[in-house]
Amino acid sequence: MFDPFNLTVSVVLSLIIIFGLLTTMAYMTWFERRVISRLQARIGPNKTGWEGLLQPLADAVKLFFKEDIRPVMSDRLLYVVAPAISLFAALAAFAVIPVGGIVSIAGNNIALQVADLPVGVVYLLAASSLGVYGLVLGGWGSGSKYSLLGALRAAAQVVSYELILGISIVSVVIVSGSLSLQGIVAAQASSAWYVLLQPVAFVLFMIAGVAETNRAPFDLPEAESELVAGYHTEYSGMRFAMYFIAEYVAMISMSAVAATLFFGGWTFPFLPGGPWWLILKMLFFLFLFVWLRATLPRLRYDQLMRLCWAILLPIGLLNVAITAIIVAAIG
Amino acid sequence: MFDDAIALLKGFWTTVKYTARPAVTIQYPDVKRKPADKYRGRHRLYKTDEGLERCIGCSLCAAACPSQAIYVRAAENDPNNPVSPGERYAADYEINMIRCIFCGFCEEACPVDAIKLGPEYELADFDRKDFVYTKEMLLDPARNAPKIQYHADVDRSTDFRGVHTTLNGVYRTHHPIGAPDTRPRIDDAGHEPGPAGEEHGPVQAGAKPAGPEEAR
Repeated sequence: MFDPFNLTVSVVLSLIIIFGLLTTMAYMTWFERRVISRLQARIGPNKTGWEGLLQPLADAVKLFFKEDIRPVMSDRLLYVVAPAISLFAALAAFAVIPVGGIVSIAGNNIALQVADLPVGVVYLLAASSLGVYGLVLGGWGSGSKYSLLGALRAAAQVVSYELILGISIVSVVIVSGSLSLQGIVAAQASSAWYVLLQPVAFVLFMIAGVAETNRAPFDLPEAESELVAGYHTEYSGMRFAMYFIAEYVAMISMSAVAATLFFGGWTFPFLPGGPWWLILKMLFFLFLFVWLRATLPRLRYDQLMRLCWAILLPIGLLNVAITAIIVAAIG
Repeated sequence: MFDDAIALLKGFWTTVKYTARPAVTIQYPDVKRKPADKYRGRHRLYKTDEGLERCIGCSLCAAACPSQAIYVRAAENDPNNPVSPGERYAADYEINMIRCIFCGFCEEACPVDAIKLGPEYELADFDRKDFVYTKEMLLDPARNAPKIQYHADVDRSTDFRGVHTTLNGVYRTHHPIGAPDTRPRIDDAGHEPGPAGEEHGPVQAGAKPAGPEEAR
């Protein structure tokens, strides 16, 4: 199993993806601020560099030089480790996303995917749910009531919407007959994008995906009007930045997953596939995230829970049942 | 349920529509909006058409000021070479712009329309002492309003309105509380300076004899 060449390829690929994710995340903040400004008839950051393109750099420098504050009441270990867990989980989720097909470099076939797990979908769910540990432990470890309340909300919300996420993916898996993301992409290339075959699952997935990444309108864990900043109230400087990066990387990962599961991933009908298609589709979803934030007000906590358990869950289960019946009937 | 979905789509369409609108943002340092006509910004002292200072040194502005930001020291006009149209003029006129709340009461209180609040609002500076605006700066800010100025009467003045306040250091011409006032009494030109130790010369000078005179 151990093969120096494959190991090197994996490491290089991982580094490229991590670097790419972090860069994209930085420019995602710029993109979000500019787009949300346009949606609100504002301009947004346009002074730092051409059209504000150096703004992420300036923000990063600022965060680096901020004081790293650790509250007296905080739990030393949890407080320090929690943001790292969040960031790790967010970055790890991207490992199973197929960025492209198999390319030949100097006679070697290299899959553009860090790890093509046969159970990639399960891994994806595991990684995305790992992120909640970062929020909960950070909120608990801060020793502050707002952090704790934010963490409680985060736990309840992420655990609830995990279910919807899983159910929407289950119907995709039933249709494709594969738990590997590369397999799901291939299945879509040979039939049709699953957004057409599974529109209900797609809507469920998007709602759950937004809730899972704690983005507006499901940003209750960090509802600034109620909880100051939720679970990261006490964090400052680079530790806060890690939560921030984690949120945006999770957003990017979720966009990639949505593109892979429902929009054919790196393939495109009648055209040669490649990473650019995935990037294009991800951009669409990232814009959707921003658009959502610009448009919808935050849900109340009871609305959030009712939406999950009373509306989305029955629809999801029904969708899975119908899908299973149809797939079984067709054979 | 479908109504809700339609309402949702309407919301999304609304935000998209806004992208077509011109941004409401005014890019401040590059583009400066004109303040309203009644905007209360930096004070200006005005002159009459003959070129005399309108201010007659009555100190009503200082009395009206709720934050005690204005200091006026009046002096008698020389009839041959008057500074103002009235009997007296403002020998010192200072506004501490850190204390000022831009309420415009000084403007309302002024009987001769000498002081008005203008449209200028970029008043930031680096040093506290630079925020004490002198008469020259207020009369001709274009020429006399640099960041650093020098005032000849530093440490040579009375307490404000004859009342010991905690404004120590607020005024450029403020002398330490309790210290004897050795300043020549400008308002009683030609008279001997007041006895050493007499405080609050100009403002109280008029008030002091009032008691005995009324008794007579």
